[in-house]
Amino acid sequence: MTTAINIKSASTNIVNLPVLEISKLAVGYRGSEGFQRVVHEVSLLVRPGEVVALVGESGSGKTTTAQAVIGVLAENGQLESGVVRLNGTDIAGWSQKQLDTIRGRKISLIPQDPTSSLNPVKTIGAQVAEVLQIHRQGSRAEIDARVIELLARVGLSQPELRARQYPHELSGGMRQRVLIAIAVALRPALIIADEPTSALDVTVQKRILDLIDELRREYGTAVLLVTHDLGVAADRANHIVVLKGGRIHEQGPTAEVLASPRSEYTRKLLADAPSLGKARIARTRSPRVSGSDDAIVVGNLVQDFSIGGRRDVFRAVDGVSFTVQRGTTHAIVGESGSGKTTTARSIVGFQRPTSGRIIVEGIDVTNLRGESLRRFRKTIQLVYQNPFASLDPRQTIFQIVEEPLLNFDPLPREDRARKVQAILERVGLPQPVLTRRPHALSGGQRQRVAIARALVLDPQVLVLDEAVSALDVTVQAQILALLNELQQALGLTYLFISHDLAVVRQISDTVSVLHNGRQVDGGPVEDVFQRPGSAYTRELIGAIPGQRNADRH
Amino acid sequence: MSRYVIGRIGQAALVLWAAFTVSFVLLQALPGDAILIKFLNPELGLGPEQIADIRASYAVDSPLLVQYLHTVANFLMGNFGYSIHAGVPVGDLILANLSPTLWLSTLGFLLSLVLAITIAALSALSPFSWLRSFIQSIPALFISTPVFWLGILLIQVFSFQLKLIPIINPGPWQALILPVVTLAVPISAPLAQILMRNIDHVLTEPFVAVARAKGASHRGVLWRHVAKNAVLPTLTIGGILFGELLAGAVVTEAVFGLNGLGGLTQRSVNDQDIAVLQAIVVFSAAAFVLINLTVDLLYPVFDPRLRVRQGAVA
Amino acid sequence: MTGLNTIGRSLLRDAGILETSSLGKRRAASATRWLKTIRSIQPGLVLSWFVMAVVVLWALFPQWFTSYSATVGVARQQLRAPSAEHWLGTDALGRDLLARIIYGAGNSLSGAFVAVSVGLLVGTTLGIIAGSARGRIDGAIMRGVDVLLSIPQLLLSLSIVILLGFGIVNAAIAVGITSIASFARLARSEVVRVRASDYVEAAFGSGGTFSRVLLRHILPNSLTSVIAFAALQLGWAILTISTLGFLGYGAPPPTPEWGLLIAEGRNYLARAWWLTTVPGIVVILVVLSANRISQSFGRAKT
Repeated sequence: MTTAINIKSASTNIVNLPVLEISKLAVGYRGSEGFQRVVHEVSLLVRPGEVVALVGESGSGKTTTAQAVIGVLAENGQLESGVVRLNGTDIAGWSQKQLDTIRGRKISLIPQDPTSSLNPVKTIGAQVAEVLQIHRQGSRAEIDARVIELLARVGLSQPELRARQYPHELSGGMRQRVLIAIAVALRPALIIADEPTSALDVTVQKRILDLIDELRREYGTAVLLVTHDLGVAADRANHIVVLKGGRIHEQGPTAEVLASPRSEYTRKLLADAPSLGKARIARTRSPRVSGSDDAIVVGNLVQDFSIGGRRDVFRAVDGVSFTVQRGTTHAIVGESGSGKTTTARSIVGFQRPTSGRIIVEGIDVTNLRGESLRRFRKTIQLVYQNPFASLDPRQTIFQIVEEPLLNFDPLPREDRARKVQAILERVGLPQPVLTRRPHALSGGQRQRVAIARALVLDPQVLVLDEAVSALDVTVQAQILALLNELQQALGLTYLFISHDLAVVRQISDTVSVLHNGRQVDGGPVEDVFQRPGSAYTRELIGAIPGQRNADRH
Repeated sequence: MSRYVIGRIGQAALVLWAAFTVSFVLLQALPGDAILIKFLNPELGLGPEQIADIRASYAVDSPLLVQYLHTVANFLMGNFGYSIHAGVPVGDLILANLSPTLWLSTLGFLLSLVLAITIAALSALSPFSWLRSFIQSIPALFISTPVFWLGILLIQVFSFQLKLIPIINPGPWQALILPVVTLAVPISAPLAQILMRNIDHVLTEPFVAVARAKGASHRGVLWRHVAKNAVLPTLTIGGILFGELLAGAVVTEAVFGLNGLGGLTQRSVNDQDIAVLQAIVVFSAAAFVLINLTVDLLYPVFDPRLRVRQGAVA
Repeated sequence: MTGLNTIGRSLLRDAGILETSSLGKRRAASATRWLKTIRSIQPGLVLSWFVMAVVVLWALFPQWFTSYSATVGVARQQLRAPSAEHWLGTDALGRDLLARIIYGAGNSLSGAFVAVSVGLLVGTTLGIIAGSARGRIDGAIMRGVDVLLSIPQLLLSLSIVILLGFGIVNAAIAVGITSIASFARLARSEVVRVRASDYVEAAFGSGGTFSRVLLRHILPNSLTSVIAFAALQLGWAILTISTLGFLGYGAPPPTPEWGLLIAEGRNYLARAWWLTTVPGIVVILVVLSANRISQSFGRAKT
């Protein structure tokens, strides 16, 4: 078996032979509802040294395709038919035992989530060494030396120390570097990178993608890049394959696909991707009310949390100040740990700030408690990131949207029903949804329900905490359009918390950039983007994917 | 680190003290003299001085609180009172009955480990899903089986039907075989279930897929990556398992007519021999607390994730 | 740890959720739905419900199932092997074993129900109070639970039996008290889990008062797994009560109780295997069914 695929990647006569050739691949899963095919007739080519991006939204079958290639489908998954040729050899029908001889050596994987992709009870060194040991690459000492070399190569400082550490002692970015070291250790012909950066902060994401690029060029390895982010694909890939519902909708050279997409769906994806769609959502600002019209005033906000013992204090937010004019959108931007969510929660009144001043619609939030705090809920509402977690799974949609009304001045039942129906119509949900429960709805519909619940009390201010981050880009675009429409119609003030600068640029008027709890930049959004006031903001803006020329190769 | 250890030990001591108090309230808060009258039974052959001695050691003539403090002090000094039935110090009784039960439960525990690990390994390695679901249903059957009935069934099959193990005058090891199996089977079941659940859970972790992608075989992954991650959480049920062992010993010794702590427990309940029962309750609570303390303090040695957390900052 | 990857991870998690739900949505045709219902019937679960139903009927209307008396034997019919006349044979006093098992169902089941009710009511209430009050009350209750847990369950129930006296109701109460700690722990952890969820915070955020959020969100969502656990405990209680019965602390003879039946049959092992074997198999079947039913509750939750 081994001899059949023992083709040296360096030999010149096979340059034109694709590293990977998939043809008419069909994959399905056995479930409670019987066998269901999720990948239909997928065919694609990856040539030596090339990056091919497999782009699609959730449920498009992109990850399943990648897993089928390397043979790590979930237990109930099955490769039904089709050909997977690796260096000319069809491996589609191979047993796990046969695949073991090529995995790690000829074909390797960079996984989705670095936090759970390393064994928590083994050292980093042992986990990198494992791939070398499995394929018998030299003596113990040689392997140890090679491990250190690899860790250094992927840009980890103090590689000897790292080798002795455990995964939880490393940051997410460092862990992803370790996983890259494992993937490139034996210089495979093909690396499958399955959403390698979607769990990472945007600045870390850029560095990791740069590293993969660099190693690919150095080792001549081909990469099959699975991503939901068209911007990433545009930056990094030679070829783009667009998947939807398990079928290929379009494939071709990156520049071509971006410049003149042939399929309707690709055009929609391109238009909806915030990083690529150049056009800002068309917004006609409602004429501002003159005079004192600040909806939110935050002054020198500080928020401490005690951790561990009582004496240790962690300062999550350190001196943040901004004002938001009524009827406008202010964005708070930052990476994880920047304090943006903490700021939002203080403003909504879920926690009492350590010091500073928060005034929302003339109400001093910092002094509210008990009944006055409860009354304050009518002024400001929060929409959560994950619409599945923020809706009670046991309630019907009607009950969910009705509930806030029951908490204040009780209306007669018919009035309530009328109000709930009106607000659901407003957010674009059909009537039959009323009697369903959240699990029967799609992600976008659930977020519409969450927005409806927030709006049913007629609040003046809406805080949106990463409210579109969990959604697919086409759904995201719809929700953003809805938010814009609602703001126009109802004169709402938005506080928009996000890690995604591209989205922020699309929808907000003013912005505060947070970094490690401090405000490093702020002002009208175009000013900040055109003339960033801090090095950090410049780095953030530079890291937005989709800005590179696609024809750089 | 040391602050954590001291705090944990203090917590353990507190639980133990509370368990003592609960057992005192449950058992000794009965009218004191009603029990002590039994010591006057001439069959016990206690002299008047001894009876006076016992009365003093229980502080029967004092209010309940003084009695309580008295008992605490006595327990702290290793003086657990007198057995009503046998008329000897409870400490002696427990010591005399300890070693057969220790043998029984140690062997039973080891056999249950072997059973549990075998079942879990077979289920993880079985190549067919029907075989796996069959193996996975074995512990459910074990759990639902009454211990005493299992013992009786074993006697019936191996002693009466097959005549493999004599009922009358078996050798010391022969006599232990059936009781150990009886004790081990029901205890192996929860262990096997937890192990299998953990293995199934760990197998879905992304790091297993990464290991497979390195070219590791199914067996290699099970051994190098799954085993430790699946076994570690089972340590935390060590204390509960001990309680099961003790309960199992009570029933097993009753079924097979063996001497030991279990038999002593049963006799003390039959005879309403409160002092003996209280000592056994406190003794087992102490063992439970000690086992849990050991597991808690040892866990970080096996799990690197907890090593840092014990310090100040997570 | 830093929350470095929380956004990304929840993103991924949500992506998974979306993927499955959109798959499920596509199935709509009523024909396929029928097929699905038929296919989703699990024979094991149906059998478990059947066993439970039979045993409950035994307990309620024993006279429907047998014409023999459970307590009065027939002379010269002692220790008869199973036959057409006595399906499961007779015991040393000439009593029909099947009749004793059928009449015993009432004692064993009602004992188990008493035990589970005690544990469920007291334990769950304590757990809910601990989980919703937090702070010192929580600490006090949970330390008490720790203490209860530190005493092995059988020893604790024996101590309580001594205090209350022998008998089936007392044995059941004792068994119930020993399960208070487990119920309290489970209920508390469920309340704490639900309390930390976004939808509970959202309910407070839309102006809900504490009692209203507790009644409308926290309790319904946390009680599902408590109910599943209660079903599991039912099987466990049947086992433990039969153990106490076997040891002689439960129902006094000649009451038919499953554990006692086995204890009595023990003296005739060589001559009458059916006296111990059959009641044991009945206990196993009932406990297995209770566990299987509990499992199906647990699964329905997710």
